Amino acid sequence: MSGTGTVLEVEGLDVDIRTDAGMLHAVRDVSFNVARGETLCLVGESGCGKSITSLALMGLLPRTATRRTRALRFLGEDLSRASSKRINDLRGNRMAMIFQEPMTALNPAYTIGEQLMEHHRHHRQSSSQQAQDRAVELLEKVGIASAAQRLGQYPHQLSGGLRQRVMIAMALMCEPQLLIADEPSTALDVTIQAQILRLLADLQAELGIAMVLITHDLGVVARIADRVAVMYAGQVVEAGPVQEIFATPHHPYTRGLMSCIPVPGRTEPGGKLGTIPGVVPSLVGELQGCSFRDRCLLVQPQCALAIPVHQSAAGQQWRCIFDATGVAA
Amino acid sequence: MTGNPLLAATALQRSFSVKAGLFQPRQTLHAVNGVDIAVNRGDVLGIVGESGCGKSTLARMLLGLIPPSAGTVFIDGQDISTVGRLALARRVQPVFQDPYSSLNPRRSVAAIVAFPLDVHGIGTKAERRRRAIEMLERVGLPPRYADSTPGQLSGGQRQRVGIARALVMNPEIVVCDEPTSALDVSVQAQILNLLLELRQEFNLTYVFISHNLAVVEHIATHVAVMYLGRVVEFAETATLFRQPRHPYTQALLASVLTPDTSLGLPETGLGLSFPDPIHPPPGCPFHPRCPRRMAICETERPPLARDAVGEVACHLYPASATQGPTP
Repeated sequence: MSGTGTVLEVEGLDVDIRTDAGMLHAVRDVSFNVARGETLCLVGESGCGKSITSLALMGLLPRTATRRTRALRFLGEDLSRASSKRINDLRGNRMAMIFQEPMTALNPAYTIGEQLMEHHRHHRQSSSQQAQDRAVELLEKVGIASAAQRLGQYPHQLSGGLRQRVMIAMALMCEPQLLIADEPSTALDVTIQAQILRLLADLQAELGIAMVLITHDLGVVARIADRVAVMYAGQVVEAGPVQEIFATPHHPYTRGLMSCIPVPGRTEPGGKLGTIPGVVPSLVGELQGCSFRDRCLLVQPQCALAIPVHQSAAGQQWRCIFDATGVAA
Repeated sequence: MTGNPLLAATALQRSFSVKAGLFQPRQTLHAVNGVDIAVNRGDVLGIVGESGCGKSTLARMLLGLIPPSAGTVFIDGQDISTVGRLALARRVQPVFQDPYSSLNPRRSVAAIVAFPLDVHGIGTKAERRRRAIEMLERVGLPPRYADSTPGQLSGGQRQRVGIARALVMNPEIVVCDEPTSALDVSVQAQILNLLLELRQEFNLTYVFISHNLAVVEHIATHVAVMYLGRVVEFAETATLFRQPRHPYTQALLASVLTPDTSLGLPETGLGLSFPDPIHPPPGCPFHPRCPRRMAICETERPPLARDAVGEVACHLYPASATQGPTP
């Protein structure tokens, strides 16, 4: 699937984390790619490995974690073999990240101006005047009024929505080609969430950025994604174009997830919502077969064996023994 | 409001004195600024609004956890300040947002659920434990978890413990403050289903606070929309969602991201800034963000006026009209 506009290619990403209980397989055989101007959403619930995946891409994993990939290419360059100096050159520069909670991601002891300008000066060897001009330009672009005065303020002087805008401006300082946004709107009020996502989508279209957006909110996914990868227990269980995933979800987990949310005008008020019985399995030790099988209503004996990946003509893929017509492999 | 409400508040206010800065004088924050609400027996009152609108402060006053600065909360027509803490706790119980910080991490689940019974001196120790375990089973937590501590449970299981603790006293009213906000969507669905079942089974009345409008539409029978310490619109749930009248309610509903791939990201027209609650704008507190503001909005605060549809505080709907203009 690696077309000409491909910015990021991930093939067979595994992340193992050493724990007291044994080796935890947090991410298993995850593959995807993102093209210029495209938004890929990684969706899943807590512990599914979506945030670890993003940290692995950025080379920000904790020491106890090890990463293996068949391929990890950024604009054709193999990052899995790149030196840490080369990664440092790219990170915050050509590839940038936005975190969920801007209060913890921003340094409370420095003004937002200092934090905005720091990596621009580092990566671009710009003068402090150039960096400051760029910071003002970007704060204005993300809709912050009286931007020049804001540079002297500290993070605690800003509201949550403003802090998230500062985070976005910071990520864009060096004109990245790849933006990884981990739950960028989750900590915000609904009214601010809509604005922040719109801002991200507009900037992305304008600047042609490839974006990986991590979220647990199917409403966000439906409105912003071009393609979706649904993660469960460290694996991508279903992936494809957003319309197909929402119109004809094939994996039982995707279907379960969609039945869980109340949708105005679609679910009956006060009626029973769909649920997924059971809990997420432990990812410690040897894992075999489908990790969803203990919670799946359609479970078959062969679910404990190797699981095939089906593919539809529209480019939808799912990891399940059942094909699109409901016939077990 | 109609009938004889089980829980009501009239002209309820609560202000806090806050530090403005190291050398500045303390300032007054009106968290709740004149709220009238009423909940009839068996109803579910949803309260929605952005962070800082005063919804959690209102919840704590309804629970009797903090006294109002002015105004009164009534339960069955009786002023709760005359009811007494223990007697009130038998009738009104809370479920909090964060099941991680609202449960004692050092006590067993059975002890946590039995604690209200201990406080009220109900039954023997063995009876209290048995009742706690029964209640845990009812909320979907098997007896084998009785001696676990909260740290050994998942988020959804902890919220079940919080619900069991609230219900063990057989209260009439449960005040739920963002009960599913910290949970994953599949767990949220389980907890919402449970709350709806329990409402039927124990004939409960809920006050349900949430910023998630889809959840409120699902569970509530009536909705109050709060803005800067005041209720700006109140109506039956179906009416409010079908025909929102206050421009703020309209903007809130427009911001809800339903999982519909044919729709893009909405433009709410609200602008960025939630106003500083210490210095609320004059006139209608919503006017700086309102797409439909008029001259009068900048000087005169519209009262919450009732008509056939519900209650709304907005100059677009003059109090004399029974049916406001369609937006």
